[in-house]
Amino acid sequence: MTVESWIQVWYALPVLLRGLLVNLELLLGLLALGLVVGMAVALVEVYAPRPVAAAAVAYEWFFRGVPELVLLFLFYFGPDQFGVQISAFTAAVLALGFRSSAYQSQIFRGAIQAIPAGQMLAARSLGMGRLRAIWHVVLPQALRLSLAGWSNEFSSVLKDTTLAYGIGVVEVMRQARYLTARNFRLALPAFIAVAFLFLILTYLGNWTIGLVERRLRIPGLEVRR
Amino acid sequence: MGQLLVVEGVCKRYGAEEVLCGVSFSLEKGETKVIIGPSGTGKSTLLRCINRLTEPDRGRVWLEGMEVTAPHANINKIRSQIGFVFQDFNLFTHLTALDNVRLGLLKVKKMGRKEATERAQAELARVGLAGKADAYPAQLSGGQQQRVSIARALAMDPKLILFDEPTSALDPELIGEVLGVMVKLAHEGMTMLVVTHEMGFARSVADEIVFMERGVIVEQGPPEKLFRAPAHPRTAEFLRKISELYGEAA
Amino acid sequence: MGLDWAWLPQLAHGLKITMELTAACMAMGAALGIVLALLRVYARGPFLPLFWLASAYVQFFRGTPLLVQLMIIHFGLPSVGIRFTPFLSGLIAMGLNTAAYQAEYFRGAIQAVKAGQMLAARSLGMTRVAAIRHVVLPQALRLALPPWSNELIYMLKYSTIVYMIGVMDLMGVARTIAARNFRFLELFSLAAVIYLGIVLLLTFALRWVERRIRVPGLGSAGRG
Ligand SMILES: Nc1ncnc2c1ncn2[C@@H]1O[C@H](COP(=O)(O)OP(=O)(O)OP(=O)(O)O)[C@@H](O)[C@H]1O
Ligand SMILES: [Mg+2]
Repeated sequence: MTVESWIQVWYALPVLLRGLLVNLELLLGLLALGLVVGMAVALVEVYAPRPVAAAAVAYEWFFRGVPELVLLFLFYFGPDQFGVQISAFTAAVLALGFRSSAYQSQIFRGAIQAIPAGQMLAARSLGMGRLRAIWHVVLPQALRLSLAGWSNEFSSVLKDTTLAYGIGVVEVMRQARYLTARNFRLALPAFIAVAFLFLILTYLGNWTIGLVERRLRIPGLEVRR
Repeated sequence: MGQLLVVEGVCKRYGAEEVLCGVSFSLEKGETKVIIGPSGTGKSTLLRCINRLTEPDRGRVWLEGMEVTAPHANINKIRSQIGFVFQDFNLFTHLTALDNVRLGLLKVKKMGRKEATERAQAELARVGLAGKADAYPAQLSGGQQQRVSIARALAMDPKLILFDEPTSALDPELIGEVLGVMVKLAHEGMTMLVVTHEMGFARSVADEIVFMERGVIVEQGPPEKLFRAPAHPRTAEFLRKISELYGEAA
Repeated sequence: MGLDWAWLPQLAHGLKITMELTAACMAMGAALGIVLALLRVYARGPFLPLFWLASAYVQFFRGTPLLVQLMIIHFGLPSVGIRFTPFLSGLIAMGLNTAAYQAEYFRGAIQAVKAGQMLAARSLGMTRVAAIRHVVLPQALRLALPPWSNELIYMLKYSTIVYMIGVMDLMGVARTIAARNFRFLELFSLAAVIYLGIVLLLTFALRWVERRIRVPGLGSAGRG
């Protein structure tokens, strides 16, 4: 490891950043998918009739029990076997997104169940329908309560976007590998640089979520840490 | 002199608040001294300064002529000779009653396993809990827990036991069983320093009563004198309040 | 579609590697994690630099992807003359990584032990170290078991990344067979089922352990 190799990595930083941008796109896609599906699964688990709720629980259990890399391969090569071509990026968003939805649903379910039953009763007593009560009374409170757990999930999936490397998505790890394939002496500085990029992203992300949390804070609706 | 415990000019402050300012008193072997005083007066802090669970800012403490507060004193050895009974028991949650009593014998006194077990069983029997050796603290009533904690202190063969409001966390019907054990200890000649609001206990067992307020000793003397003719108006007022609160004629 | 029974011995061997890797990294992580947690809770005064060091360690390993850590160890370190076998690289990366997470669970558990416990131990004349060893840690380790169990299952799943540096774990074997026979869906479905089965088994085993070492009044078990 020489000073020179660090300088070379420094000049290659734009390439790494281009790769990191792909990680961020992945992150955005998987978080959005995970949020929507996760919320739906949570609502089904709490409010749907038994058999449907049980199916949601099974879904959650499956996506929490199977390793992410196995999911990535299933989503990437699975459709292929039925003649459906799917890009590595799309496969990664789907695999990581569904996995995240299983974790997010658990966070949301906990938050929904933490809302006192009286809130629903009060909303219904005003003449709101069940869905309306969930939408206007339960969810606004539950989402605030979810933020702490959600920020953990955020830091975790942010790092897990690197797993898309496994199915060939040209993200930051792949870019770093390209660099080091040409000169193995670059491996140490290149991967350390990637590590620091992630440290920065983790801090930025947590800081932002902290900001949102403070913005949305309502007296009396505190997260019990 | 023959004093077992001498406390001289102990001071302690937390931030700007002077919790103890120049507290001095002494305890003879076999004596029972009761400390009373309003809440937040520094009684707990005083007890903790004696075995240095809290480090006093100034002042000195001697146990049998050996200075506890000396910079190079072997504080762990000294603590093993001073029993401490906490208001909220602080029994070791993960250990049975027997193991609670045995832990100090095994790990501090380095006693053999067999001997320690016998000694622990004897101490449990002494506080009337021979049958509860295998129970965990959470399976015991508050009164039983406090008796185990007294047994834990007794097993170390302490020269002195400090009691910090040993009955105030207990339901009224459980107070008697703990006080009973303490009365027995006093009659057996144990040296005890007791912070309590149990005036009945103070009157019948204490050799001396110390009234503290705002970090200083206002007055001390034998119970007959303090209860009948307190020298200080603050003492009289406090005793009146206490008797109203606890429904006892002072 | 169809599964070839001849694959099973190979998969079984891969599974064995997976289990060894997971078990070893969890043991390594527990040992290192407890030390880190103790430093984070107790290293003060003249030992403050150790607190900083432990905190920085936890921040770094929790703030960066495991895959990056693995690459640094397996492909980065050789350029300064440090070389490990793929299995060892995987074990070291996973062990160092899980140590940081476990440190946080242990720290939380140590801090959840009531202050009075330490006070009572010291009042008996125990040294600080003896009090930590005989009173605080036995309670903290019980409290930490549920999050530790989750961590074990996490690491089992994350152990799949070692195929990327050429370890023939369950994932590596499945991938190799799949590529050779072009049977991706079958092999990865099979792998998924095996991983799920192990997760299920571990969950039950750990619940059993939890029940075995449960003490009334300590932890989520509640009172009585
Ligand atoms: N660790 C601490 N840090 C800061 N202040 C403290 C600490 N411990 C005690 N104090 C303060 O010191 C004062 C005396 O406390 P102490 O517990 O000794 O009173 P006490 O006489 O035992 O009262 P009580 O009858 O309520 O037990 C109180 O005002 C308390 O707030
Ligand atoms: Mg007190």
